[in-house]
Amino acid sequence: MPEIHQFFQQLINGIALGGMYALIALGYTMVYGIVELINFAHGDVYTLGSYFSLSILALIPLSRYTGGWQLWLIASCVIVLAALLCGIVGVLIERLAYRRLRNAPRLAPLITAIGVSLILENLMQIWKGTSEVPFPQFLPGGLGVPDNVFVVAGVGIHERALIVVVVSILAMLALNLLVFRTKLGTAMRATAQDRDAAQLMGININGTIAWTFFIGAALAGVAGFISGIYYGTTFFLNGYQAGLKAFTAAVLGGIGNITGAMLGGFLIGIVEAMTSQYISDQWTSVVVFSILILILVFRPSGLLGEQVPEKV
Amino acid sequence: MKRVLPLVIIVALAFVPLLDRNASHISAYADTGGLVLLAFGLNIIVGYTGLLALGFAAFFAIGAYTYAFLASPQFGIHLNFWPMIGVSAAVAGLFGLVLGAPTLRLRGDYLAIVTLGFGEIVPQVLQNLDKWTGGPDGIAGIDQPRLFGFGFGFNPVPYYYLYLAIILVSLWLLNNLRHSRIGRSWMAIREDELAAAHMGINTTTAKLAAFSLGAAFAGVAGVLFAAKLSTVSPSGFDFNTSVMILAALVLGGMGNLPGVITGAVIIGLLNFLILPQATNWVQTLGQQMHIAVLASVDLNQYRFLVYGIILVTVMLFRPEGLIPSATRRAELHAEASSGAPAQADG
Repeated sequence: MPEIHQFFQQLINGIALGGMYALIALGYTMVYGIVELINFAHGDVYTLGSYFSLSILALIPLSRYTGGWQLWLIASCVIVLAALLCGIVGVLIERLAYRRLRNAPRLAPLITAIGVSLILENLMQIWKGTSEVPFPQFLPGGLGVPDNVFVVAGVGIHERALIVVVVSILAMLALNLLVFRTKLGTAMRATAQDRDAAQLMGININGTIAWTFFIGAALAGVAGFISGIYYGTTFFLNGYQAGLKAFTAAVLGGIGNITGAMLGGFLIGIVEAMTSQYISDQWTSVVVFSILILILVFRPSGLLGEQVPEKV
Repeated sequence: MKRVLPLVIIVALAFVPLLDRNASHISAYADTGGLVLLAFGLNIIVGYTGLLALGFAAFFAIGAYTYAFLASPQFGIHLNFWPMIGVSAAVAGLFGLVLGAPTLRLRGDYLAIVTLGFGEIVPQVLQNLDKWTGGPDGIAGIDQPRLFGFGFGFNPVPYYYLYLAIILVSLWLLNNLRHSRIGRSWMAIREDELAAAHMGINTTTAKLAAFSLGAAFAGVAGVLFAAKLSTVSPSGFDFNTSVMILAALVLGGMGNLPGVITGAVIIGLLNFLILPQATNWVQTLGQQMHIAVLASVDLNQYRFLVYGIILVTVMLFRPEGLIPSATRRAELHAEASSGAPAQADG
């Protein structure tokens, strides 16, 4: 009996983890879809999201509120602000570091992206120091209140895990609406398909690409906030591994494919949780990166992606 | 002049340990030599062939651990250092083949990510298989080389000369290789893989050769690293090391040996000598002037900030590096769009 409970317990952990990976993976996949660049700095924008949230939260006397709608209001405002700030950082990165290299050989922007990632990591290190930074876990019951655990058929579901899942799904729904139901979304898809043709149709290419970076980075900012709530701590190097795993998720789902990134994110989260349960905690990265290599070797188009021949 | 200058530099380098008696300086110079070797290896892959390998430190780790397994109390095996240089190079080269064979047909940035994944996996595995590898602590008490009864020990001077000798041999080798059939195939692939294939170049074989040869250089650097330090641990071979090698290459000028050496020497000296020294000076200054902020400053922390700035600024403003080769410069400054090859044949 407990065996099966363990399994479902890890499944839930995996889904929560996967929600965060999915949010980060969306940024990779959208940017890759539109400019064919692996935005290496994206993982660090995610960490930046939790750093921004942390700093905004420090301005609010959280201990005064215990439960109730005020906490949710604060949380929503902080999420929006963190997402906005991350979005601006994303746009700045694109403007300052990548735009000039849009037509350069493909290695050039990738190397630049690695450089940007290093710069961001070090700025965060200077900002908050080299040790883990505590993140105020004020949701759902207020500061210092342990979260509730619902027990469903013997499986405990933490409220914080639930928050992570709900927020990530809401963000993904919003993104879907944006990409498939708005003019900007249409412009983004058109630019991804054929940049020159899109330009001929009167689409502002630079603006559309900037918006793509903004949205991807904002989603990473949301992920940064909920990771802080979930783990209760953050660290300037978190984004490196998380970013790499989210990139694996994007590749698994089929890079450039938005639904694929969500699917891939949840799958990678579940794989990671299961690995830590049934193999060992220390092997999770090895398993995830082995999946990355295997997918790229045997099915580079991912689960939902289309086969794209290298452009000549 | 073109023939005299390298000779002058070599002779000058040979006299360095006689002029600079500070052991920690010599040690830093020797470590810089290690970075030059690593940069040579990565240059074959990235500079000559145009394949971006991001987890290059994995091959460095494989070379170092191969020697550590076969010449330390870990398994009670104590093989001689000198043949082990070749053995470790072969083992690292073999891993290059194994990783390269299935992945080299991937498009450029995918290959970068696969090698990055490999670069993450290798140190993790070394850390996790603690029964054999000693886990996070690694392997200590690695044998140090002996030559004609003279033990190298922890004296950095013989290692300095060893690095110098191996670098010279490598230079000779690479210079010949570059102008050989395979070297020209590499550069043809870098400039236009499709066209190269149409000219009858077996691109798979050429790319595999580049990958395993580059890995072999890292293997040699690994043996020397392990022998000089007499200890290895997984943390020395992480992504940061790969980035350092890449930064050296980008800064100096990919695909051009004088550029590669310049880049590696600048990054190496910065990393092993200048930042630690500057930290010391600032701290002493802080202590004497009673400024707490300065006394506890550690400039070494910021080296990756420096590498990051180097990668970004060089790529934006001088993508060919400080000392580029003529073809590379032409390629990178082509006005043609989206990676089309340069028309530099006029």
